[in-house]
Amino acid sequence: MALTKNEIAKRIAQELVNNTYVNLGIGIPTLVANHIPSDINVEFQSENGILGMGSFPKEGEEDADLINAGKQTITSLPGAVLFDSAVSFSMIRGNHIHLSVLGAMQVAENGDIANWKIPGKMVKGMGGAMDLVTSSNNIIVAMTHTNRQGQSKLLKRCTLPITGVSCVKKIVTDLAVIEVTSKGFKLTEVAPGVSEGEIINSTDAELTVDKNIKTMVL
Amino acid sequence: MINKTVASVDEAISGVKSNMVLMFGGFGLCGIAENCINALSKKNIKSLTCISNNAGVDDFGLGLLLKKRQIKKMISSYVGENDEFERQMLSAELEVELIPQGTLAERCRAGGAGIPAFFTPAGYGTEVQGEKEVRVFNKKNYILEHALNADFAFVKAWKGDTLGNLIYKGTARNFNPLMAMAGKTTVAEVEYLVPAGELDLNQIHTPGIFVQRIFKGEVYEKRIENRTTTKP
Repeated sequence: MALTKNEIAKRIAQELVNNTYVNLGIGIPTLVANHIPSDINVEFQSENGILGMGSFPKEGEEDADLINAGKQTITSLPGAVLFDSAVSFSMIRGNHIHLSVLGAMQVAENGDIANWKIPGKMVKGMGGAMDLVTSSNNIIVAMTHTNRQGQSKLLKRCTLPITGVSCVKKIVTDLAVIEVTSKGFKLTEVAPGVSEGEIINSTDAELTVDKNIKTMVL
Repeated sequence: MINKTVASVDEAISGVKSNMVLMFGGFGLCGIAENCINALSKKNIKSLTCISNNAGVDDFGLGLLLKKRQIKKMISSYVGENDEFERQMLSAELEVELIPQGTLAERCRAGGAGIPAFFTPAGYGTEVQGEKEVRVFNKKNYILEHALNADFAFVKAWKGDTLGNLIYKGTARNFNPLMAMAGKTTVAEVEYLVPAGELDLNQIHTPGIFVQRIFKGEVYEKRIENRTTTKP
């Protein structure tokens, strides 16, 4: 069975390393915050200017002056800190953020990512994505394996305008965990009940199967 | 003591003319200079180039200037959430330059800090690179980006004093301190205006030297774009 969005987020949460700073993108990545393992301490950064972001506020406690990069109302945790956009992107470009989790429309086997523009259709802008992908030490993509038309989002080369060059390290989809290596995509984990063949058929690029391939534990 | 206080929003925006380059602080609708934007939308000023991370929504923030066709060009990082914007952009009535958010922030900071240009990795190998100069430092590729300045910068702070010193609240800080530095004339509107000396000098974010005019905004709607709460 293909994973739900929440299950993709849960699998990505297993990648969190203790005592690190993490930036979560909009969409599935945001859900990762709901699945932090109990023995892991991480601080979430939102690029509009907060480190130590907490959950959404209770109804009636929303503060128009406290939002995340998705413009959602949020809360701050004890020890949180606020800063301007230049300081925020100093954290990002300066490699102080340990992990960035982003959504994507396409990822290529060389690690290129496309997630900001569909020419003639969606031209909303890149926001902070281009800064995030060039600089985080570790970029994980959270996405469905195929798009709504059933086409693979994992490709030899991106056909959409790219957001960054050779930056994605790992992809967690509803079907698989795939690492981006110097030799292309490597399948390391399959979703429960999903066959290797199904994943290979859904992937529009060469896929090496890791010799220690396993089934995801959720 | 220098007094930057102006009596009204109309006095605060006086001197803004058609064809000028204007900066607007804010992220989405958070930390925008509501009073200045409302006042500008009532003036017969056109062909503006507006530098702002976002473009407001249809009936609030910079969306008000868009609706009245006062904007010729937008320089932003993300412009979703605005149907009129999309219509004007797709019909080529509006010129749009989309740039990475961190690059936008740094270009404003550089403009205010006397740095004419800088190299950044963001956008390398993408459409953003265009004809820009590429340099390699420590085996990594960077592109040359130029500073931004504006005829007027409109910023919003929580508290300010008559000298123009500013304190922001929450994530309403965002681009405001950077644009405050980059405006030839920087107009700050605040929720609380106090006499100089009353703010704790340890807590001031923007030193008043960067601000030319300050006033207390009459009304703050502080609209929330995406109200999200936890389930009880």
